[in-house]
Amino acid sequence: MNRMNWRFLAILALALSLIVAACGGDDDETATTEAAEPTETTEAMADEEPLKVAFVHVGPVADKGWSWAHDQGAQYLEANANVEITTLESIPEGSDSQRVFEDLAAAGNQVIFGTSFGYMDPMLAASENFPDVAFLHATGFKTGPGMGNYFGAAEEGRYLSGMAAGAATETNLIGYVAAFPIPEVLRGINAFTLGAQETNPDAQVQVVWTSTWFDPPKEGAAAKSLLDAGADVIAMHQDSAAPGQEAEAAGAKWVGYNTDMTEFAPSAWLTAAIWDWGPYYLQTVEDFVAGTWEPTAYYGNMADGMVDLAPYGESVDQATIDLIEERKAQIIDGSFNVFPDPIVNQDGAEQPLGDIFSMDFFIQGVIGSPTG
Amino acid sequence: MNESTLILTLFAAIGLGTPLVFATVGEIITERAGNLNLGVQGMMLVGAVAGFWATFNTENLLMGIIVAMIAGAAMSSIHAFASVTLRVSQIVSGLALTIFGTGLSSFLGEAGSEPLVGNPSKAVFEPILESGLADIPVLGPLVFGHDIMVYVSWLTVAAASFYVFRTRMGLSLRAVGEDPASAESAGVNVARVRYVHIMIGGALAGLGGAYYSLALVPTWQNEPIGQAGWISIALVILASWRPSRALFAAYLFGAAERLGFTLQTLGEPWSNIPSNLLAMLPFLLAIIAMLLLTSGKRAKFLGAPAALGLPYFREQR
Repeated sequence: MNRMNWRFLAILALALSLIVAACGGDDDETATTEAAEPTETTEAMADEEPLKVAFVHVGPVADKGWSWAHDQGAQYLEANANVEITTLESIPEGSDSQRVFEDLAAAGNQVIFGTSFGYMDPMLAASENFPDVAFLHATGFKTGPGMGNYFGAAEEGRYLSGMAAGAATETNLIGYVAAFPIPEVLRGINAFTLGAQETNPDAQVQVVWTSTWFDPPKEGAAAKSLLDAGADVIAMHQDSAAPGQEAEAAGAKWVGYNTDMTEFAPSAWLTAAIWDWGPYYLQTVEDFVAGTWEPTAYYGNMADGMVDLAPYGESVDQATIDLIEERKAQIIDGSFNVFPDPIVNQDGAEQPLGDIFSMDFFIQGVIGSPTG
Repeated sequence: MNESTLILTLFAAIGLGTPLVFATVGEIITERAGNLNLGVQGMMLVGAVAGFWATFNTENLLMGIIVAMIAGAAMSSIHAFASVTLRVSQIVSGLALTIFGTGLSSFLGEAGSEPLVGNPSKAVFEPILESGLADIPVLGPLVFGHDIMVYVSWLTVAAASFYVFRTRMGLSLRAVGEDPASAESAGVNVARVRYVHIMIGGALAGLGGAYYSLALVPTWQNEPIGQAGWISIALVILASWRPSRALFAAYLFGAAERLGFTLQTLGEPWSNIPSNLLAMLPFLLAIIAMLLLTSGKRAKFLGAPAALGLPYFREQR
């Protein structure tokens, strides 16, 4: 065989191996199956088979961010119900994930949670093939006969964390490292900006898109570009702490997301919108066992505890904290709505708020393109 | 784009490119011996976690670097054993190394009663040489104020260039990569040369990985290096197997990545370019480089070692 042919074969082999590696990854090294530890509640039902529940995450659960928060919820579920949990990490979004969901259903999992937006259509398709399995999709907007969805009003926490950012900025430019131009992310940016404008009417929010959910070097580089452009507070949507570390190194401030990430950037830390999924997961599984589960859309909030605000950083002054806590109380008792209606858009024109679940515009004060 | 934005962008590109410089120079040295190691991603990840672990326990950055290089070299010795001694396909062995290394680094990060995962690094590379000569226009702000590893990477490039093209051992290395049978008849131990240079490549990949976990994103989270390993393999081609060009290939890639973000902050008309397109930019570069490899004549012109990827069987022509 001459060298040209060999080289072609080598590249073909490389391509094929990559495809096999990409497809097969979920079956081997990324899969971790955790058997339920017997607890007081499960001992009572020791003779019953544990309910098989599966979680599918887009990133590693060790990200200390989005997937980690869901995994904390899964651990809460495991500790409080007779379940056997299968956790799949780093499963790419898109049509390939349908096979992952179907494999899980075929393996006997009866409640399957998918925790990323891009699983929506694949999961819906899978749910049609397994009508007896409860599929639950986080952050999407579709339901089906066998698929419910769930999410929470992160915008409430975003608004409050924006208040901290507005009070902290001296350049009046806040950088926002954004993931993908989908309603969830746009809602977060707009709510954050409204909060920042409450404490600082001159504050502007510069958005940079990374097209990633978890890629620390990229997200760090995006934060650096914002700091270089004059931002002195960095906010973010992704699951890594890299933007915070860039802010720390530059002596700037940082608003995180998902979990309390103080330890990554102690002097930069302001606060963050954070999640508590555990009670929802437990309720869903209990409903399923009782036969009362319905494939509905569930939207949690600060009032039911699904969304909360992380502890404040040292640099947040008491006056700002008081202001934020006051708003938080109003959000919880329902007397304050994060989004006004009508709302002033990026071009300075008033428009009706519309359905916030399909939000596709930026409000006044956001710099950047809402289409990515 | 004004001058200061340009300088800030290029400065950041150097930082983003530095881990790629180490990994690319390492892979060039490996490929110069006629061995294609596709395990760079795995070696970098294991180097990243090992270096982080060492620094986490000793609070010493030098220790982190040394341990990362040893870990990278140890990983590459698996590939060396499989592809040189057992003559397994280099492609298969390298891919296996990446899959193994990815899993191993995640596992090591979560192992033990106090796992590394979710912890910030206990020591971080800080900028040096910030004052004085940095006042020289343009060149000053670009050259000064990096952390020490950036300067180490420049020394590495210079040393690798000198070694490959100006020393007797470098000559043996290139001979093994071009025509191992002739090299052997001239008294060169082909297997030993390949082992040594695969492991040098592994050590440099480990070092590149540690630059992420100790400088660029100084924390341990799973897979904190993006796709750097794969990019490095493509950059080898872009650098046409010359260490000096690896420096510019890596910075070009770093600049492309950074530019994708900077352009979004520059307002109209730059901000009208879809960010998806910008995110593609660095990878587009890599694909173009890969395409160059597939064209036989051009590959030769670029300087691909003639025996690259071929196992060597002694006494068989």
